[in-house]
Amino acid sequence: MGSNRRQFLRIAGVTTLLGLGGGITLSASSYQPEEHSAREKEARLHAGRWGMVIDTRKFQTEEDFHRVIEACHSIHNVPRDEAKAKQEIKWIWADHFEHVFPGKENPFLAERVEQNEFLLLCNHCKNPPCVRVCPTQATYKREDGIVQMDFHRCIGCRYCMAGCPFGSRSFNFCDPGPYVKDKNPDFPVRMRGVVEKCLFCYERLEEGKQPACVEASNGGLIFGDLDDPDSHIRQVLREKYTIRRKVDLGTEPSVFYIV
Amino acid sequence: MYDAGKILIGLVIFLLLLTFPFWYSLGQASYESPELQLPEDSQECIRDTEWMRKNHMQLLDDWRDTVVREGKSVYTGSEGKQYDMSLQKTCMDCHTSKKKFCDRCHNSASVEPYCWDCHVAPEEVANGQQ
Ligand code: SF4
Ligand code: SF4
Repeated sequence: MGSNRRQFLRIAGVTTLLGLGGGITLSASSYQPEEHSAREKEARLHAGRWGMVIDTRKFQTEEDFHRVIEACHSIHNVPRDEAKAKQEIKWIWADHFEHVFPGKENPFLAERVEQNEFLLLCNHCKNPPCVRVCPTQATYKREDGIVQMDFHRCIGCRYCMAGCPFGSRSFNFCDPGPYVKDKNPDFPVRMRGVVEKCLFCYERLEEGKQPACVEASNGGLIFGDLDDPDSHIRQVLREKYTIRRKVDLGTEPSVFYIV
Repeated sequence: MYDAGKILIGLVIFLLLLTFPFWYSLGQASYESPELQLPEDSQECIRDTEWMRKNHMQLLDDWRDTVVREGKSVYTGSEGKQYDMSLQKTCMDCHTSKKKFCDRCHNSASVEPYCWDCHVAPEEVANGQQ
């Protein structure tokens, strides 16, 4: 009995090993990833840290805001349907001073500041809490400072929405597809249960273009490399007094406002 | 050996059940590859058909990570030609219809990839079906 049992175990062990080994060699031989042949686009714009200056003096009328918001939302397949408005999927939008810069309001604010709205979008923080809390690394920081999202990987836990102190993120409570009119066939839509936000038009930077909102802003938005002291954006920052949102939280926003 | 008869009968039944899929499909029409609508205005894919048939899912998976994570989006095909690594902008630029191309095989093989939960198929979008 003893020797039988030993034999049985031996045979079982060897077959398992063979099976495993066979399985591994089979699956390894069928497909070889080809990263070596993948390259960046030649036109791609590079930066140490992308940033933006919003010249709020150039956003006065409703049309000024609408043009910029529409430019972004139309190419990124963000639902603009009235029926969907309640769920507020937004990448770039506008709000009043006291909501944009809480704690900075006072009872005697300049009329222009008090009555006007201000553009809002993801700040692509240098120290982004949304990235720190995302359990799946669906939200992560690229080398050029863009806080990127891999929609494939988002599990919809909404930790990032709790982590972001700027309300920059929107959650798809239902399938947004039917609410997107005139879909841009060059960009995906999102699905139910996924978070979305502004991605600084990474797909346009790749083609050597400026972000869509910047292009539509008639000079109201200045985009560039914050790490390059000779860049246009740094020149603007040197010359004009700018403020950022909620700096005391330490997230180091990369979006600056000329008020 | 005790109960040899019963054991043998049991074994036979077991083997019959185990091989059920094989003898059940005996005499039935064999699997026929569904007919796909091929693009009219382009002749070659990024790789040959056989390779694509076998590997397109892994290739797309690879593309996804390389593009989103590494920002590399130019692919050099077997003929040395360069392509944008994009399901929507490259694959479905030729294979414009999801229904007449992708779905045909996926349906007959009973697989349901969730690519189109987000990615849009040009022809279906143009017809207002997606
Ligand atoms: S603004 Fe919010 S979403 Fe954008 S990087 Fe900062 S914390 Fe993240
Ligand atoms: S909702 Fe998505 S992106 Fe946000 S923390 Fe969860 S997995 Fe990450």
